[in-house]
Amino acid sequence: MYKIDLMPFANYSCKLIGYIRFLFFIASILFTLSSFAKEAQPTAEDPELEKRLISLSENLRCLVCQNETIAESRADFSNDMRREIREQMKANKSDAEIIEFLVARYGDFVLYDPPFKSTTFLLWFGPLILFISGVAALMFYLRRRRTQIEEDSLSDSERLQAETLIKAIDKEKV
Amino acid sequence: MMRFLLPLIAFLVLVVFLGIGLTLNPRQVPSPLIDKPAPVFELYQLHNPEKVLVSQDNLGKVWLLNVWASWCVACRDEHPLLVQLSQLGIVPIYGLNYKDERDTAIQWLKQYGDPYTVSVVDHDGRVGIDYGVYGVPETYVIDKQGIIRHKHIGPVTVKSLEEKILPLIKELQG
Repeated sequence: MYKIDLMPFANYSCKLIGYIRFLFFIASILFTLSSFAKEAQPTAEDPELEKRLISLSENLRCLVCQNETIAESRADFSNDMRREIREQMKANKSDAEIIEFLVARYGDFVLYDPPFKSTTFLLWFGPLILFISGVAALMFYLRRRRTQIEEDSLSDSERLQAETLIKAIDKEKV
Repeated sequence: MMRFLLPLIAFLVLVVFLGIGLTLNPRQVPSPLIDKPAPVFELYQLHNPEKVLVSQDNLGKVWLLNVWASWCVACRDEHPLLVQLSQLGIVPIYGLNYKDERDTAIQWLKQYGDPYTVSVVDHDGRVGIDYGVYGVPETYVIDKQGIIRHKHIGPVTVKSLEEKILPLIKELQG
């Protein structure tokens, strides 16, 4: 998600927060005196449909503010998309039909879950291919190193020299 | 030698890929509508609110559809170019006045010049959705059979006109 650095506004917001706190203080006094509590109304006419809208649009990319979903974005584009999706849902279109509608107009890029096809082959299998080639390279390297270590083993004359040295040390110990 | 060469090669490959990645514009999402029939629309004209323009009437000629709005700052950048292009009389430019108010749109054209053969009003952006519009301005090149042959996202520039749009129009008209 995109975060905005608010530091430059800190001075303003401090004053503003103080002011808002004061207002809340006044308001809370006024409202406790006369509490007309009311059940919170659902903001949408049809909460079920709205739930479906959100779950669908969480997987759709807002093309204006890329990396935000259509569910969370406040861009005009996303408002329009949500309106379009809502209307299509009211017209009893299935999720698959709505996604097809959007992909036909905006391409696979609207989907956060890219479809599996020839152009997305690398996207799906790239990491796996990289992993396998990495393991293969490691195995190749280790095998080569083992043969190198064997190559470095002692020649006959060196072994003889080493053995006499060890014997000499053993004798000293005795 | 190989010990140093291999990482260097890997590094250079990475640099090339990252370099290509840096020069790509993530905002330019390729449209799936290229080489597909342009969505049909029937919209009221900007200057004659009681008259309807049917996109099918443009069959048989090559035309540009330019999506614009008076609230769109980037449209002001490309506008002088569009006015010049219209004066050359090479290709008719149709305007899709996208999510705008009629009065301000007409005022805007008066101020900056009107390159459009006809501008139509897409007040709530529905035709925009059909065309996959997500950032204004956008320009579509539509051929004699009513097929979208090219989509230019963002302000039209001299470079994009000379290198892509004008040669394509010539080819399509020929």
